[in-house]
Amino acid sequence: MSAAPVLEVREVTKAFGEREVLRGVDLSVAEHEAVALIGASGSGKSTLLRCIDLLEEIDDGDILLDGEVITDPSVKPVAVRRKLGVVFQAYNLFPHLSALENVILGDRRAHGASRGEAEERGRALLERFGLAGREDDRPDNLSGGQQQRVAIARAFAGRPRALLLDEVTSALDPELVGEVLAAVRDLKAEGMTMVIATHEMAFARDVADEVAFLHEGRIVESGPPQRVLGEPQQAETRRFLSRLLEAGRA
Amino acid sequence: MLGGLAALVLTSPGWPTVRETFFSWSEFKNCFPEVLEGFWLDVKIFMVVEVAVLILALAIALIRTSGSPALFPVRLLATVWVDLFRGVPTILLVYLVGFGVPALQLEGLPTEPVVLGGIALLLSYSAYVAEVYKAGIRSVHRGQHDAALAVGLTHSQAMRHVILPQAVRRVAAPLLNDFVALQKDVALISILGPLEAFRLAQIFQGENFNYTPLIAAALLYLMVTVPLARVVDRMGGSGGVR
Repeated sequence: MSAAPVLEVREVTKAFGEREVLRGVDLSVAEHEAVALIGASGSGKSTLLRCIDLLEEIDDGDILLDGEVITDPSVKPVAVRRKLGVVFQAYNLFPHLSALENVILGDRRAHGASRGEAEERGRALLERFGLAGREDDRPDNLSGGQQQRVAIARAFAGRPRALLLDEVTSALDPELVGEVLAAVRDLKAEGMTMVIATHEMAFARDVADEVAFLHEGRIVESGPPQRVLGEPQQAETRRFLSRLLEAGRA
Repeated sequence: MLGGLAALVLTSPGWPTVRETFFSWSEFKNCFPEVLEGFWLDVKIFMVVEVAVLILALAIALIRTSGSPALFPVRLLATVWVDLFRGVPTILLVYLVGFGVPALQLEGLPTEPVVLGGIALLLSYSAYVAEVYKAGIRSVHRGQHDAALAVGLTHSQAMRHVILPQAVRRVAAPLLNDFVALQKDVALISILGPLEAFRLAQIFQGENFNYTPLIAAALLYLMVTVPLARVVDRMGGSGGVR
């Protein structure tokens, strides 16, 4: 990629107590590019996404957003988070708010939109993700797939520079996975820059421009999906993919 | 069982005397208007103190649950506040504030018994209610805070728009429970002299050597606390947000 990267992760380390979760991660995401992060549970995928959104403090290294070092102590985390969107594995919708209120809360309170314009945008977003008519429903009354689509609309409502998706289908019943993946594909088609932590290899192959394999806190292999998933060069990648194949997930 | 108990009381050898000294209809009619007027003072004190308790307790709970290192000294103070005022019997606080503060003879401090009694109740109940709020705040899943920050809210916006609405809904029943307790404990202010329901009932009782005025006061308290208790029941059933 020739354009300046939107997101850049340089030599990032992060430990929780004694446990080193990230041990020097490098990653670069160009504009309009989708990078799929793959790796076993506990390999550090979620932690890396949380570090990028400054929900966790890194121990060492730098993270850059549009060339600015956002992990610098002088940078206000709130300002950075307003430029990023996150979709969580467990949706994390606000249960006391309706679908529409979930989507517009950030637009209204963080981005200063008026109720009117935020609602207009929110309704359009819900409709776009197939949720027209569910605006006033509480998350309790929505299926897992619907909840996750509300969460995607919520993350997208802040007009982010990049979206961080943390295993957005892992908590879903198998028959609901497709509708959520379709929403992500839709965002990719419109050119959204994304980092996607996922267990869905077929999806990674389909939607990602680049696949990065995270193993024991390091990215041991990355490249185009056909190569990383089709002809992996590293022994760890091969082992990981063959285990997935046995489990019928690849 | 209640019927058996009633039968036991009604057939007891002392019942005729008890009926006359506790349940005299003429005494009741005689004292009720004034006791009712006194009760109005209870209700007013209750309402003012309750609002103050809700605000102060929330502030204490927010300080206690904040993780900010800068707030450490205030957090320590809040912890001491809760330990101290929750650990001392309310009746003792009423004595200490009600008689201690005026004895200092300092300019500008309140000397009105009603105000001093209200302050004593505020000290005690703010400590209890702060702990109820705190439990509610702690019960909201951490993912909610993450999600609130992720959509770009500041920590205090996350508290106000995401954490507190859920927390308060969850602890609405225990909060109301403390309302009921406070409504009753307003009677403790009578120690300091204000002519509230219990105090007036005591005066009537002393005058005529008849306990009926106390029964009248008890009935008035029940008229407020029983409906409150029904509201608590209803809230306990719906359980709030998961």
